[in-house]
Amino acid sequence: MSTSLRNNGAALLSLSAAALLVAGLSLAIFWAPEDADQGISQKIFYVHVPVALTSYAAFFWAAWKALRLLWKGGERYDLESYTAVHMGVIFGILTLVTGSIWAKVSWGQWWVWSERQLTLFLILFLFYSAYFMLRYSTDPGPRRARTSAVYALFGVALIPVSFMAIRLAEGLIHPVVFKRDGPDMEGSMFFTFCVCLAAMLALAGALYLIELSGKRADASLRELRERLA
Amino acid sequence: MTGYVGDVAALARKDLLVELRTRDTVPAMLLFVVSALVVFHFALPAESSRLAASGMLWIALLFTALLALVRAFVGERDQGTLDGLILAPCDRSAIWLGKTLSVLAFLLFAEAVALPAFALFYEDVTWELVAGLALANVGIATVGTLLGAMAAAARARELLLPLLFLPLAIPLVVGGVGATVADDPGRYLAFLGLYDLIFAILSWASFEYVVTE
Amino acid sequence: MSTGEKYLWAAYLVVFATVLLYVVLISLKVGRLERELAALADRAREREAGSG
Repeated sequence: MSTSLRNNGAALLSLSAAALLVAGLSLAIFWAPEDADQGISQKIFYVHVPVALTSYAAFFWAAWKALRLLWKGGERYDLESYTAVHMGVIFGILTLVTGSIWAKVSWGQWWVWSERQLTLFLILFLFYSAYFMLRYSTDPGPRRARTSAVYALFGVALIPVSFMAIRLAEGLIHPVVFKRDGPDMEGSMFFTFCVCLAAMLALAGALYLIELSGKRADASLRELRERLA
Repeated sequence: MTGYVGDVAALARKDLLVELRTRDTVPAMLLFVVSALVVFHFALPAESSRLAASGMLWIALLFTALLALVRAFVGERDQGTLDGLILAPCDRSAIWLGKTLSVLAFLLFAEAVALPAFALFYEDVTWELVAGLALANVGIATVGTLLGAMAAAARARELLLPLLFLPLAIPLVVGGVGATVADDPGRYLAFLGLYDLIFAILSWASFEYVVTE
Repeated sequence: MSTGEKYLWAAYLVVFATVLLYVVLISLKVGRLERELAALADRAREREAGSG
């Protein structure tokens, strides 16, 4: 058991993700104080924000792998970058859904354009969905790997640019009515948040490794089939 | 460095000459942008504000630009001249810059017709709008040329390019519409300039990776 | 349960359900890999029998 764990990052990460998730959610539900203004629904914060940050982390990881691919070459970076985008999109969808639920409970509407993070994730979701379209409609090979890598790099440039654009558009399209609490959290809230963030990062890491080994197995299988044919 | 500039100029001139002979992109763009402006009149409710018309103008120009971008590389690809370009003894980024300049020229042609038409049908053209367009053109041409080269390698080229391009164009629309309608256009123009700078550098540096086999 | 609590649980459940959905997708994938690998093993065995 111990050796298989040591050799298997995915198993280790899954275990820590499970432990951290249980700890984080228990802290969020039983220990963290209720927000004075928003009441219990503020606790969506402990899942929504960590999921969003994890999604960013995945996109940056994808861009980092893309950069390595362009710099050094190598098939493995292509699969790693692709898998990271995959994870980023899954967590991005989760961000959109949990954010939408939060918008509903806070403001009575499922979608609020003045919520910057949500709008940004919508743009990123569209952008990275096109990444999959690009991959699926291009023939596999080094050129597809490099094209996807360049696109993934554009993604991390788009994140801050879009964020600025949304801030600029806010004053223009309609006034900022709603404001969520800033970072002035109590210590217990912040601690809970950190545990939840670690849990989500571990979960994403575990899923990333599992997905990656699946994709690698697929690639090896394809190669084997071609050689046996 | 004259070699590089010379290559870029030659490539841009080649595109303009081809267009002058075949005339299959610019006339289509002109007709499209005027048709779009006419259609928008019927899409806007009678009591909608003049601000809505400004927003519509930006949409029309964005989609017109897509026509030029699709043609830029798909035409080369269909005629099999793209491989020749790649094999030409010049810096790959010169190809990108040449294409960007020719796309920019096509956009200017389209806008030279679109702006008078807009002034005739809807609102006066302000200097803020012209400045915003000038900056947005650069962003559209730089990013669009790179994405066009990406899409040219794919199977569903004409279909793919708008999907790749529109999310990246959202900041351009924000900056452009903001510059047109806001009281303080300076911030929006500065934002457009920043966008141009970031994505021009990125596109210039990464074009080679996208086109080589 | 207050409305706020309901939405809170909904948000937590969405994350949980997504992870479960992912497990389903991965299990489908593992099943496919298993079948394809078995087919390949069959083919390799046939080839050995044919040549030997």
